[in-house]
Amino acid sequence: MPDINETQPVIAACNIKKSFGAFTAVDDISFSVDKGMCFGILGPNGAGKTSTIRMIYGFSPLTSGDIFVFGLDIKKLYRKIKARIGVCQQENTLDPDLTVMQNFEVFARYFNIDRKTAVERASSLLKYFALEQRRHARATELSGGMVRRLVIARALINQPELLILDEPTTGLDPQSRHQVWERLENLKKQGITILLTTHYMDEAEHLCDNLVIMDRGKILAQGSPQSLISEYTGENIIEVAEPEDDLRTFSREKKVRQEDLGHRLIIYAENGHELYREICGRFTHKSCILRSATLEDVFLKLTGRELRE
Amino acid sequence: MNVNISTRFIRIWQRNLTVYKESWKVNFLPPLLEPLFYLLAFGIGFSGMINSVSYASQEVSYVRFIAPSLVAINIMNNAFFENTFGSFVRMYYQKTFDAMMATPLNAEEIITGEIVWGATKAAIGTVIMLIVISFFGLVSYPAGFLIVFAAFLGGIAFGSVAMLFTSKVARIELFNLPIFLFITPMFLFSGTFFPITGLPLWAQYFALVLPLTHLVNLVRALSFGLFNSEALIGFCYLIAFCLVMFPLAILKMRDRLIK
Repeated sequence: MPDINETQPVIAACNIKKSFGAFTAVDDISFSVDKGMCFGILGPNGAGKTSTIRMIYGFSPLTSGDIFVFGLDIKKLYRKIKARIGVCQQENTLDPDLTVMQNFEVFARYFNIDRKTAVERASSLLKYFALEQRRHARATELSGGMVRRLVIARALINQPELLILDEPTTGLDPQSRHQVWERLENLKKQGITILLTTHYMDEAEHLCDNLVIMDRGKILAQGSPQSLISEYTGENIIEVAEPEDDLRTFSREKKVRQEDLGHRLIIYAENGHELYREICGRFTHKSCILRSATLEDVFLKLTGRELRE
Repeated sequence: MNVNISTRFIRIWQRNLTVYKESWKVNFLPPLLEPLFYLLAFGIGFSGMINSVSYASQEVSYVRFIAPSLVAINIMNNAFFENTFGSFVRMYYQKTFDAMMATPLNAEEIITGEIVWGATKAAIGTVIMLIVISFFGLVSYPAGFLIVFAAFLGGIAFGSVAMLFTSKVARIELFNLPIFLFITPMFLFSGTFFPITGLPLWAQYFALVLPLTHLVNLVRALSFGLFNSEALIGFCYLIAFCLVMFPLAILKMRDRLIK
Protein backbone atom coordinates (compact mmCIF):
# COMPACT_ATOMS: atom_id res chain seq x y z
CA MET A 1 0.00 0.00 0.00
CA PRO A 2 1.61 3.28 -1.04
CA ASP A 3 1.97 5.92 1.64
CA ILE A 4 -0.09 9.03 1.36
CA ASN A 5 1.91 11.87 0.01
CA GLU A 6 2.04 14.52 2.72
CA THR A 7 0.80 17.18 0.35
CA GLN A 8 -1.95 15.05 -1.15
CA PRO A 9 -5.33 15.59 0.49
CA VAL A 10 -6.96 12.59 2.18
CA ILE A 11 -10.26 13.53 0.59
CA ALA A 12 -10.62 15.53 -2.61
CA ALA A 13 -14.21 16.13 -3.73
CA CYS A 14 -14.48 17.84 -7.11
CA ASN A 15 -17.79 19.22 -8.33
CA ILE A 16 -19.77 16.43 -6.75
CA LYS A 17 -23.48 16.22 -7.29
CA LYS A 18 -26.16 13.85 -5.98
CA SER A 19 -29.70 13.82 -7.32
CA PHE A 20 -32.66 11.67 -6.30
CA GLY A 21 -35.03 12.03 -9.24
CA ALA A 22 -35.82 15.72 -9.56
CA PHE A 23 -34.44 16.54 -6.11
CA THR A 24 -30.83 17.63 -5.91
CA ALA A 25 -29.42 16.76 -2.48
CA VAL A 26 -25.85 17.84 -3.20
CA ASP A 27 -25.41 20.50 -5.83
CA ASP A 28 -21.97 20.70 -7.39
CA ILE A 29 -19.71 21.20 -4.39
CA SER A 30 -15.94 20.89 -4.01
CA PHE A 31 -13.71 20.66 -0.98
CA SER A 32 -10.64 18.88 0.26
CA VAL A 33 -9.49 17.51 3.59
CA ASP A 34 -5.82 17.37 4.55
CA LYS A 35 -4.14 14.59 6.47
CA GLY A 36 -4.50 14.77 10.25
CA MET A 37 -7.22 17.40 10.11
CA CYS A 38 -10.67 17.33 11.60
CA PHE A 39 -13.05 18.57 8.94
CA GLY A 40 -16.67 19.42 9.68
CA ILE A 41 -19.71 19.56 7.44
CA LEU A 42 -22.33 21.74 9.08
CA GLY A 43 -25.84 22.43 7.96
CA PRO A 44 -29.48 22.32 8.97
CA ASN A 45 -31.55 19.17 8.47
CA GLY A 46 -31.78 18.30 4.79
CA ALA A 47 -28.73 20.37 3.83
CA GLY A 48 -27.08 17.42 2.08
CA LYS A 49 -24.53 16.50 4.75
CA THR A 50 -25.31 12.81 4.92
CA SER A 51 -25.61 12.51 1.13
CA THR A 52 -22.17 14.07 0.82
CA ILE A 53 -20.41 11.74 3.21
CA ARG A 54 -22.25 8.70 1.85
CA MET A 55 -20.66 9.42 -1.50
CA ILE A 56 -17.26 9.69 0.16
CA TYR A 57 -17.44 6.29 1.84
CA GLY A 58 -18.75 4.60 -1.25
CA PHE A 59 -22.31 4.01 -0.05
CA SER A 60 -23.98 6.18 -2.69
CA PRO A 61 -22.84 6.48 -6.29
CA LEU A 62 -22.14 10.02 -7.49
CA THR A 63 -24.56 11.61 -9.96
CA SER A 64 -21.61 13.58 -11.31
CA GLY A 65 -18.18 14.78 -10.25
CA ASP A 66 -15.21 12.96 -8.74
CA ILE A 67 -14.08 11.92 -5.30
CA PHE A 68 -10.57 10.79 -4.50
CA VAL A 69 -9.85 9.31 -1.10
CA PHE A 70 -6.16 8.68 -0.31
CA GLY A 71 -5.66 9.68 -3.94
CA LEU A 72 -7.77 6.72 -5.13
CA ASP A 73 -10.90 7.05 -7.26
CA ILE A 74 -13.96 6.04 -5.21
CA LYS A 75 -15.78 4.87 -8.34
CA LYS A 76 -13.12 2.32 -9.18
CA LEU A 77 -11.24 1.46 -6.01
CA TYR A 78 -14.05 1.64 -3.44
CA ARG A 79 -13.02 -1.65 -1.85
CA LYS A 80 -9.44 -0.50 -1.21
CA ILE A 81 -10.70 2.80 0.14
CA LYS A 82 -13.34 1.27 2.38
CA ALA A 83 -10.73 -1.07 3.88
CA ARG A 84 -8.83 1.99 5.12
CA ILE A 85 -11.68 4.06 6.55
CA GLY A 86 -13.93 3.76 9.57
CA VAL A 87 -17.53 4.90 9.33
CA CYS A 88 -19.89 5.77 12.15
CA GLN A 89 -23.34 6.17 10.67
CA GLN A 90 -26.12 8.31 12.06
CA GLU A 91 -28.40 5.43 13.06
CA ASN A 92 -27.45 2.74 15.49
CA THR A 93 -26.18 0.00 13.19
CA LEU A 94 -25.01 -2.34 15.94
CA ASP A 95 -26.14 -5.91 15.58
CA PRO A 96 -28.88 -6.31 18.20
CA ASP A 97 -28.76 -10.10 17.86
CA LEU A 98 -25.20 -10.17 19.20
CA THR A 99 -23.16 -9.25 22.25
CA VAL A 100 -20.73 -6.33 22.35
CA MET A 101 -17.73 -8.57 21.73
CA GLN A 102 -19.48 -10.52 18.96
CA ASN A 103 -20.28 -7.23 17.28
CA PHE A 104 -16.55 -6.60 17.01
CA GLU A 105 -15.76 -10.11 15.83
CA VAL A 106 -18.45 -10.13 13.14
CA PHE A 107 -17.57 -6.62 11.99
CA ALA A 108 -13.85 -7.48 11.84
CA ARG A 109 -14.64 -10.38 9.52
CA TYR A 110 -16.15 -7.94 7.03
CA PHE A 111 -12.61 -6.55 6.74
CA ASN A 112 -11.02 -10.02 6.57
CA ILE A 113 -9.37 -9.46 9.95
CA ASP A 114 -8.60 -12.74 11.70
CA ARG A 115 -10.30 -13.59 14.95
CA LYS A 116 -7.24 -13.32 17.20
CA THR A 117 -6.36 -9.85 15.95
CA ALA A 118 -10.02 -8.81 16.18
CA VAL A 119 -10.31 -9.87 19.81
CA GLU A 120 -7.05 -8.11 20.71
CA ARG A 121 -8.07 -4.88 19.04
CA ALA A 122 -11.61 -5.05 20.39
CA SER A 123 -10.33 -5.49 23.94
CA SER A 124 -8.14 -2.43 23.75
CA LEU A 125 -10.88 -0.41 22.04
CA LEU A 126 -13.38 -1.38 24.73
CA LYS A 127 -10.90 -0.26 27.34
CA TYR A 128 -10.26 3.00 25.53
CA PHE A 129 -13.98 3.76 25.29
CA ALA A 130 -14.70 2.69 28.89
CA LEU A 131 -16.91 -0.21 27.83
CA GLU A 132 -14.83 -3.04 29.24
CA GLN A 133 -17.43 -4.18 31.73
CA ARG A 134 -20.05 -4.50 29.03
CA ARG A 135 -18.18 -6.82 26.66
CA HIS A 136 -20.65 -9.66 27.17
CA ALA A 137 -23.75 -7.48 27.26
CA ARG A 138 -26.24 -7.62 24.41
CA ALA A 139 -26.05 -4.60 22.13
CA THR A 140 -29.71 -3.90 22.97
CA GLU A 141 -28.94 -3.53 26.68
CA LEU A 142 -26.70 -0.48 26.28
CA SER A 143 -27.58 3.15 26.97
CA GLY A 144 -27.55 5.76 24.19
CA GLY A 145 -24.12 7.04 25.16
CA MET A 146 -22.66 3.55 25.28
CA VAL A 147 -24.16 2.67 21.90
CA ARG A 148 -22.55 5.71 20.32
CA ARG A 149 -19.17 4.98 21.87
CA LEU A 150 -19.43 1.38 20.79
CA VAL A 151 -20.30 2.33 17.20
CA ILE A 152 -17.25 4.60 17.11
CA ALA A 153 -15.09 1.91 18.70
CA ARG A 154 -16.32 -0.65 16.16
CA ALA A 155 -15.47 1.76 13.33
CA LEU A 156 -11.84 1.67 14.54
CA ILE A 157 -11.46 -2.13 14.34
CA ASN A 158 -9.65 -1.91 10.98
CA GLN A 159 -7.30 0.82 12.31
CA PRO A 160 -8.56 3.36 9.78
CA GLU A 161 -6.56 6.30 8.52
CA LEU A 162 -9.76 8.26 8.03
CA LEU A 163 -12.72 8.25 10.41
CA ILE A 164 -16.08 9.43 9.09
CA LEU A 165 -18.76 10.32 11.63
CA ASP A 166 -22.32 11.28 10.78
CA GLU A 167 -23.72 13.35 13.67
CA PRO A 168 -21.69 11.49 16.31
CA THR A 169 -23.29 13.09 19.36
CA THR A 170 -26.91 13.65 18.34
CA GLY A 171 -29.20 12.67 21.20
CA LEU A 172 -26.47 12.29 23.82
CA ASP A 173 -26.42 13.87 27.25
CA PRO A 174 -23.69 16.47 27.96
CA GLN A 175 -21.51 13.98 29.84
CA SER A 176 -21.57 11.51 26.97
CA ARG A 177 -20.95 14.25 24.41
CA HIS A 178 -17.85 15.46 26.19
CA GLN A 179 -16.61 11.92 26.56
CA VAL A 180 -17.00 11.37 22.81
CA TRP A 181 -15.28 14.67 22.06
CA GLU A 182 -12.34 13.81 24.27
CA ARG A 183 -11.86 10.46 22.52
CA LEU A 184 -12.09 12.05 19.10
CA GLU A 185 -9.51 14.68 20.05
CA ASN A 186 -7.18 11.91 21.16
CA LEU A 187 -7.66 10.03 17.92
CA LYS A 188 -6.80 13.17 16.02
CA LYS A 189 -3.61 13.50 18.03
CA GLN A 190 -2.73 9.98 16.91
CA GLY A 191 -2.83 11.25 13.35
CA ILE A 192 -6.24 9.98 12.22
CA THR A 193 -8.02 12.28 9.80
CA ILE A 194 -11.60 12.95 10.87
CA LEU A 195 -14.58 13.99 8.79
CA LEU A 196 -17.75 14.71 10.70
CA THR A 197 -21.18 16.15 10.14
CA THR A 198 -23.03 17.91 12.90
CA HIS A 199 -25.61 20.55 13.58
CA TYR A 200 -24.11 21.36 16.94
CA MET A 201 -22.03 24.47 16.54
CA ASP A 202 -20.17 24.05 19.81
CA GLU A 203 -19.15 20.59 18.64
CA ALA A 204 -17.74 21.97 15.40
CA GLU A 205 -16.02 24.84 17.20
CA HIS A 206 -14.55 22.38 19.68
CA LEU A 207 -13.32 19.73 17.25
CA CYS A 208 -12.92 21.09 13.73
CA ASP A 209 -9.83 22.68 12.24
CA ASN A 210 -11.73 23.44 9.11
CA LEU A 211 -15.34 23.27 8.10
CA VAL A 212 -17.94 24.01 5.48
CA ILE A 213 -21.43 25.29 6.15
CA MET A 214 -23.92 23.70 3.75
CA ASP A 215 -27.52 24.45 2.95
CA ARG A 216 -29.80 23.14 0.22
CA GLY A 217 -26.96 21.15 -1.29
CA LYS A 218 -24.56 24.08 -1.63
CA ILE A 219 -21.55 25.22 0.37
CA LEU A 220 -22.22 28.65 1.82
CA ALA A 221 -18.95 29.25 3.60
CA GLN A 222 -15.68 27.49 4.24
CA GLY A 223 -12.82 28.07 6.67
CA SER A 224 -11.64 27.57 10.24
CA PRO A 225 -14.22 28.33 12.96
CA GLN A 226 -12.33 31.49 13.97
CA SER A 227 -11.89 32.78 10.44
CA LEU A 228 -15.58 32.25 9.72
CA ILE A 229 -16.55 34.13 12.86
CA SER A 230 -14.36 37.11 12.06
CA GLU A 231 -15.41 37.07 8.42
CA TYR A 232 -19.17 36.86 8.92
CA THR A 233 -19.99 38.31 12.32
CA GLY A 234 -17.03 40.10 13.85
CA GLU A 235 -15.75 39.45 17.33
CA ASN A 236 -18.68 40.53 19.45
CA ILE A 237 -22.42 40.41 19.43
CA ILE A 238 -24.68 42.89 21.16
CA GLU A 239 -28.18 41.54 21.68
CA VAL A 240 -30.92 43.95 22.63
CA ALA A 241 -34.32 42.65 23.68
CA GLU A 242 -37.39 44.75 22.76
CA PRO A 243 -35.40 47.50 21.01
CA GLU A 244 -36.90 50.99 20.79
CA ASP A 245 -37.20 52.88 17.54
CA ASP A 246 -34.59 55.49 18.45
CA LEU A 247 -32.06 52.69 18.99
CA ARG A 248 -32.86 51.38 15.53
CA THR A 249 -32.31 54.87 14.10
CA PHE A 250 -29.07 55.14 16.04
CA SER A 251 -27.67 51.83 14.86
CA ARG A 252 -28.65 52.56 11.26
CA GLU A 253 -26.82 55.88 11.45
CA LYS A 254 -23.80 54.15 12.95
CA LYS A 255 -23.86 51.81 9.93
CA VAL A 256 -23.14 48.74 12.06
CA ARG A 257 -23.85 45.25 10.74
CA GLN A 258 -27.09 44.17 12.31
CA GLU A 259 -30.05 41.88 12.10
CA ASP A 260 -33.50 43.06 13.20
CA LEU A 261 -35.72 40.23 14.42
CA GLY A 262 -38.50 42.57 15.58
CA HIS A 263 -38.51 41.79 19.26
CA ARG A 264 -34.72 41.43 19.27
CA LEU A 265 -31.93 43.41 17.64
CA ILE A 266 -28.62 41.69 16.97
CA ILE A 267 -25.62 43.90 16.31
CA TYR A 268 -22.39 42.44 14.96
CA ALA A 269 -19.36 44.41 16.06
CA GLU A 270 -15.60 44.11 15.63
CA ASN A 271 -14.78 45.60 18.98
CA GLY A 272 -18.09 45.90 20.71
CA HIS A 273 -17.20 47.20 24.16
CA GLU A 274 -17.42 50.88 23.32
CA LEU A 275 -20.59 50.51 21.32
CA TYR A 276 -22.11 48.42 24.09
CA ARG A 277 -21.43 51.10 26.70
CA GLU A 278 -22.86 53.73 24.43
CA ILE A 279 -26.06 51.77 23.81
CA CYS A 280 -26.50 50.93 27.48
CA GLY A 281 -25.88 54.52 28.47
CA ARG A 282 -28.11 56.23 25.94
CA PHE A 283 -31.02 53.83 25.66
CA THR A 284 -32.88 52.05 28.39
CA HIS A 285 -33.69 48.40 27.80
CA LYS A 286 -35.11 45.38 29.50
CA SER A 287 -32.05 43.43 28.46
CA CYS A 288 -28.93 44.32 26.60
CA ILE A 289 -25.99 41.92 26.54
CA LEU A 290 -22.52 41.85 25.06
CA ARG A 291 -21.05 38.48 24.22
CA SER A 292 -18.41 36.86 22.04
CA ALA A 293 -19.63 35.80 18.62
CA THR A 294 -19.92 32.07 18.10
CA LEU A 295 -20.17 29.78 15.13
CA GLU A 296 -23.89 29.57 15.83
CA ASP A 297 -24.22 33.26 14.95
CA VAL A 298 -22.42 32.64 11.67
CA PHE A 299 -24.59 29.62 11.02
CA LEU A 300 -27.87 31.39 11.64
CA LYS A 301 -26.75 34.39 9.66
CA LEU A 302 -25.91 32.21 6.66
CA THR A 303 -28.70 29.67 6.77
CA GLY A 304 -31.49 31.88 8.08
CA ARG A 305 -33.73 31.41 11.08
CA GLU A 306 -36.80 29.76 9.66
CA LEU A 307 -37.61 26.22 10.71
CA ARG A 308 -36.59 23.29 8.52
CA GLU A 309 -38.32 20.02 7.60
CA MET B 1 -22.89 -0.48 -13.28
CA ASN B 2 -21.65 -4.03 -13.52
CA VAL B 3 -22.27 -6.78 -11.03
CA ASN B 4 -19.29 -7.58 -8.85
CA ILE B 5 -19.51 -10.51 -6.46
CA SER B 6 -16.41 -11.76 -4.65
CA THR B 7 -16.17 -14.65 -2.20
CA ARG B 8 -16.52 -12.05 0.54
CA PHE B 9 -20.26 -12.86 0.51
CA ILE B 10 -19.21 -15.62 2.93
CA ARG B 11 -18.83 -12.89 5.57
CA ILE B 12 -22.55 -12.16 5.50
CA TRP B 13 -23.29 -15.87 5.61
CA GLN B 14 -20.98 -16.17 8.63
CA ARG B 15 -22.71 -13.29 10.36
CA ASN B 16 -26.06 -15.04 10.03
CA LEU B 17 -24.58 -18.33 11.16
CA THR B 18 -23.18 -16.62 14.28
CA VAL B 19 -26.65 -15.30 15.10
CA TYR B 20 -28.26 -18.68 14.32
CA LYS B 21 -25.87 -20.46 16.67
CA GLU B 22 -26.81 -18.02 19.44
CA SER B 23 -30.28 -19.55 19.56
CA TRP B 24 -29.73 -22.94 17.96
CA LYS B 25 -31.96 -24.73 20.44
CA VAL B 26 -34.94 -22.69 19.32
CA ASN B 27 -33.90 -22.95 15.68
CA PHE B 28 -33.62 -26.73 15.84
CA LEU B 29 -37.08 -27.26 17.28
CA PRO B 30 -39.35 -26.57 14.27
CA PRO B 31 -37.68 -29.01 11.84
CA LEU B 32 -37.53 -31.56 14.65
CA LEU B 33 -41.14 -31.31 15.81
CA GLU B 34 -43.00 -30.32 12.67
CA PRO B 35 -42.56 -33.65 10.84
CA LEU B 36 -43.51 -35.49 14.02
CA PHE B 37 -46.76 -33.53 14.31
CA TYR B 38 -47.63 -34.10 10.66
CA LEU B 39 -46.73 -37.77 10.71
CA LEU B 40 -48.78 -38.20 13.85
CA ALA B 41 -51.79 -36.40 12.38
CA PHE B 42 -51.64 -37.99 8.93
CA GLY B 43 -50.15 -41.31 9.92
CA ILE B 44 -52.63 -42.06 12.67
CA GLY B 45 -55.52 -39.70 12.02
CA PHE B 46 -55.69 -40.11 8.25
CA SER B 47 -54.48 -43.62 7.67
CA GLY B 48 -57.87 -45.12 8.48
CA MET B 49 -59.38 -43.19 5.56
CA ILE B 50 -56.59 -43.51 3.00
CA ASN B 51 -54.86 -46.84 2.76
CA SER B 52 -52.39 -46.16 0.03
CA VAL B 53 -51.51 -43.83 -2.81
CA SER B 54 -50.22 -44.95 -6.14
CA TYR B 55 -46.83 -43.47 -6.92
CA ALA B 56 -44.40 -44.49 -9.69
CA SER B 57 -46.62 -47.46 -10.56
CA GLN B 58 -46.57 -48.86 -7.06
CA GLU B 59 -48.88 -48.58 -4.09
CA VAL B 60 -47.23 -46.68 -1.24
CA SER B 61 -48.51 -45.78 2.23
CA TYR B 62 -49.91 -42.28 2.62
CA VAL B 63 -47.29 -41.41 5.22
CA ARG B 64 -44.53 -42.52 2.88
CA PHE B 65 -46.11 -40.35 0.19
CA ILE B 66 -46.32 -37.14 2.21
CA ALA B 67 -43.05 -37.40 4.17
CA PRO B 68 -40.96 -35.99 1.27
CA SER B 69 -43.60 -33.26 0.78
CA LEU B 70 -43.05 -32.15 4.35
CA VAL B 71 -39.33 -31.89 3.66
CA ALA B 72 -39.94 -29.89 0.47
CA ILE B 73 -42.43 -27.56 2.18
CA ASN B 74 -39.94 -27.01 4.96
CA ILE B 75 -37.27 -26.07 2.40
CA MET B 76 -39.62 -23.57 0.78
CA ASN B 77 -40.72 -22.03 4.08
CA ASN B 78 -37.24 -21.80 5.56
CA ALA B 79 -35.75 -20.02 2.57
CA PHE B 80 -38.80 -17.88 1.84
CA PHE B 81 -39.27 -16.64 5.39
CA GLU B 82 -35.55 -16.08 5.92
CA ASN B 83 -35.22 -13.86 2.85
CA THR B 84 -38.50 -12.01 3.34
CA PHE B 85 -39.07 -11.31 7.03
CA GLY B 86 -35.50 -12.07 8.12
CA SER B 87 -33.76 -10.03 5.44
CA PHE B 88 -36.30 -7.20 5.70
CA VAL B 89 -35.75 -6.88 9.45
CA ARG B 90 -31.98 -6.79 8.93
CA MET B 91 -32.27 -4.26 6.13
CA TYR B 92 -35.03 -1.98 7.44
CA TYR B 93 -35.10 -2.19 11.22
CA GLN B 94 -31.64 -3.31 12.28
CA LYS B 95 -29.67 -1.41 9.60
CA THR B 96 -27.36 -4.41 9.39
CA PHE B 97 -26.86 -3.92 5.65
CA ASP B 98 -26.05 -0.22 6.13
CA ALA B 99 -23.25 -1.18 8.50
CA MET B 100 -21.96 -3.74 5.98
CA MET B 101 -22.02 -1.22 3.16
CA ALA B 102 -19.50 0.92 5.06
CA THR B 103 -17.01 -1.96 4.97
CA PRO B 104 -15.25 -3.50 1.95
CA LEU B 105 -18.44 -5.49 1.23
CA ASN B 106 -20.75 -4.37 -1.56
CA ALA B 107 -24.50 -4.67 -2.11
CA GLU B 108 -24.25 -7.70 -4.41
CA GLU B 109 -22.28 -9.63 -1.82
CA ILE B 110 -24.75 -8.74 0.91
CA ILE B 111 -27.68 -10.02 -1.18
CA THR B 112 -25.80 -13.16 -2.25
CA GLY B 113 -24.78 -13.87 1.34
CA GLU B 114 -28.38 -13.52 2.48
CA ILE B 115 -29.76 -15.88 -0.18
CA VAL B 116 -27.01 -18.45 0.33
CA TRP B 117 -27.68 -18.27 4.05
CA GLY B 118 -31.42 -18.87 3.51
CA ALA B 119 -30.55 -21.95 1.44
CA THR B 120 -28.15 -23.13 4.13
CA LYS B 121 -30.81 -22.77 6.77
CA ALA B 122 -33.16 -24.80 4.58
CA ALA B 123 -30.46 -27.47 4.24
CA ILE B 124 -29.85 -27.57 8.00
CA GLY B 125 -33.58 -27.99 8.60
CA THR B 126 -33.67 -30.73 5.98
CA VAL B 127 -30.89 -32.67 7.68
CA ILE B 128 -32.75 -32.56 10.98
CA MET B 129 -36.04 -33.61 9.35
CA LEU B 130 -34.38 -36.43 7.46
CA ILE B 131 -32.97 -37.80 10.69
CA VAL B 132 -36.44 -37.76 12.25
CA ILE B 133 -38.34 -39.34 9.36
CA SER B 134 -35.60 -41.89 8.70
CA PHE B 135 -36.45 -43.40 12.08
CA PHE B 136 -39.81 -44.27 10.59
CA GLY B 137 -38.15 -45.85 7.58
CA LEU B 138 -39.53 -43.25 5.21
CA VAL B 139 -36.32 -42.51 3.27
CA SER B 140 -34.24 -44.80 1.05
CA TYR B 141 -30.48 -44.38 1.28
CA PRO B 142 -27.97 -43.60 -0.17
CA ALA B 143 -30.15 -41.62 -2.64
CA GLY B 144 -31.71 -39.90 0.38
CA PHE B 145 -28.44 -38.06 1.07
CA LEU B 146 -28.94 -36.16 -2.17
CA ILE B 147 -32.03 -34.55 -0.65
CA VAL B 148 -29.68 -32.22 1.26
CA PHE B 149 -28.34 -30.91 -2.06
CA ALA B 150 -31.88 -30.61 -3.39
CA ALA B 151 -32.66 -28.57 -0.27
CA PHE B 152 -29.83 -26.17 -1.01
CA LEU B 153 -30.92 -25.81 -4.64
CA GLY B 154 -34.55 -25.31 -3.63
CA GLY B 155 -33.40 -22.87 -0.96
CA ILE B 156 -31.61 -20.71 -3.53
CA ALA B 157 -34.73 -20.80 -5.73
CA PHE B 158 -37.22 -19.78 -3.04
CA GLY B 159 -34.74 -17.41 -1.38
CA SER B 160 -34.24 -15.56 -4.65
CA VAL B 161 -38.01 -15.12 -5.15
CA ALA B 162 -38.29 -14.00 -1.54
CA MET B 163 -35.52 -11.44 -2.05
CA LEU B 164 -37.36 -10.15 -5.10
CA PHE B 165 -40.40 -9.45 -2.90
CA THR B 166 -38.14 -7.89 -0.26
CA SER B 167 -36.79 -5.50 -2.87
CA LYS B 168 -40.34 -4.25 -3.50
CA VAL B 169 -42.37 -4.16 -0.29
CA ALA B 170 -42.69 -0.87 1.55
CA ARG B 171 -43.85 -2.36 4.85
CA ILE B 172 -43.27 -5.71 6.47
CA GLU B 173 -47.03 -6.47 6.68
CA LEU B 174 -47.17 -6.61 2.89
CA PHE B 175 -45.36 -9.96 2.89
CA ASN B 176 -48.75 -11.44 3.77
CA LEU B 177 -49.70 -10.95 0.15
CA PRO B 178 -47.11 -13.24 -1.49
CA ILE B 179 -47.62 -15.71 1.35
CA PHE B 180 -51.36 -15.81 0.72
CA LEU B 181 -51.16 -15.80 -3.06
CA PHE B 182 -47.96 -17.74 -3.68
CA ILE B 183 -46.86 -19.84 -0.72
CA THR B 184 -50.22 -21.16 0.55
CA PRO B 185 -51.54 -22.32 -2.89
CA MET B 186 -48.24 -24.08 -3.52
CA PHE B 187 -48.36 -25.68 -0.09
CA LEU B 188 -51.72 -27.24 -1.03
CA PHE B 189 -51.63 -27.87 -4.78
CA SER B 190 -48.08 -28.89 -5.68
CA GLY B 191 -48.61 -32.62 -5.35
CA THR B 192 -47.87 -32.30 -1.67
CA PHE B 193 -50.82 -33.98 0.04
CA PHE B 194 -52.34 -35.69 -3.00
CA PRO B 195 -50.93 -36.49 -6.46
CA ILE B 196 -51.50 -33.68 -8.95
CA THR B 197 -53.21 -36.22 -11.21
CA GLY B 198 -56.14 -35.77 -8.83
CA LEU B 199 -56.55 -32.22 -10.15
CA PRO B 200 -58.46 -31.17 -13.31
CA LEU B 201 -56.20 -31.03 -16.35
CA TRP B 202 -55.86 -27.23 -16.45
CA ALA B 203 -54.88 -27.22 -12.78
CA GLN B 204 -52.32 -29.93 -13.45
CA TYR B 205 -50.66 -27.72 -16.06
CA PHE B 206 -50.75 -24.82 -13.67
CA ALA B 207 -49.18 -26.91 -10.92
CA LEU B 208 -46.31 -27.73 -13.28
CA VAL B 209 -45.44 -24.01 -13.46
CA LEU B 210 -44.99 -23.80 -9.69
CA PRO B 211 -41.51 -24.39 -8.29
CA LEU B 212 -42.72 -26.36 -5.29
CA THR B 213 -44.21 -29.05 -7.58
CA HIS B 214 -40.77 -29.70 -8.98
CA LEU B 215 -39.04 -29.61 -5.63
CA VAL B 216 -41.59 -32.09 -4.27
CA ASN B 217 -41.08 -34.35 -7.31
CA LEU B 218 -37.34 -34.25 -6.89
CA VAL B 219 -37.33 -34.87 -3.14
CA ARG B 220 -39.97 -37.60 -3.40
CA ALA B 221 -38.08 -39.46 -6.14
CA LEU B 222 -34.88 -39.29 -4.11
CA SER B 223 -36.62 -40.48 -0.95
CA PHE B 224 -37.74 -43.57 -2.90
CA GLY B 225 -34.26 -43.98 -4.36
CA LEU B 226 -35.61 -43.32 -7.86
CA PHE B 227 -33.84 -41.31 -10.55
CA ASN B 228 -36.84 -40.95 -12.84
CA SER B 229 -37.80 -38.36 -15.42
CA GLU B 230 -39.79 -36.38 -12.82
CA ALA B 231 -36.65 -36.02 -10.74
CA LEU B 232 -34.60 -34.96 -13.75
CA ILE B 233 -37.21 -32.45 -14.91
CA GLY B 234 -37.53 -31.14 -11.37
CA PHE B 235 -33.79 -30.70 -11.08
CA CYS B 236 -33.53 -28.92 -14.45
CA TYR B 237 -36.53 -26.72 -13.67
CA LEU B 238 -35.00 -25.60 -10.36
CA ILE B 239 -31.63 -24.85 -11.97
CA ALA B 240 -33.34 -22.77 -14.67
CA PHE B 241 -35.50 -21.05 -12.07
CA CYS B 242 -32.39 -20.08 -10.08
CA LEU B 243 -30.60 -18.86 -13.19
CA VAL B 244 -33.44 -16.40 -13.81
CA MET B 245 -34.47 -15.45 -10.30
CA PHE B 246 -31.10 -15.11 -8.60
CA PRO B 247 -29.68 -12.43 -10.94
CA LEU B 248 -33.05 -10.69 -10.91
CA ALA B 249 -33.04 -10.64 -7.11
CA ILE B 250 -29.52 -9.21 -7.09
CA LEU B 251 -30.40 -6.43 -9.54
CA LYS B 252 -33.70 -5.42 -7.92
CA MET B 253 -32.44 -5.61 -4.38
CA ARG B 254 -29.33 -3.64 -5.29
CA ASP B 255 -31.58 -0.86 -6.57
CA ARG B 256 -33.21 -0.78 -3.18
CA LEU B 257 -30.01 -0.86 -1.13
CA ILE B 258 -28.01 1.69 -3.06
CA LYS B 259 -29.33 5.17 -2.45
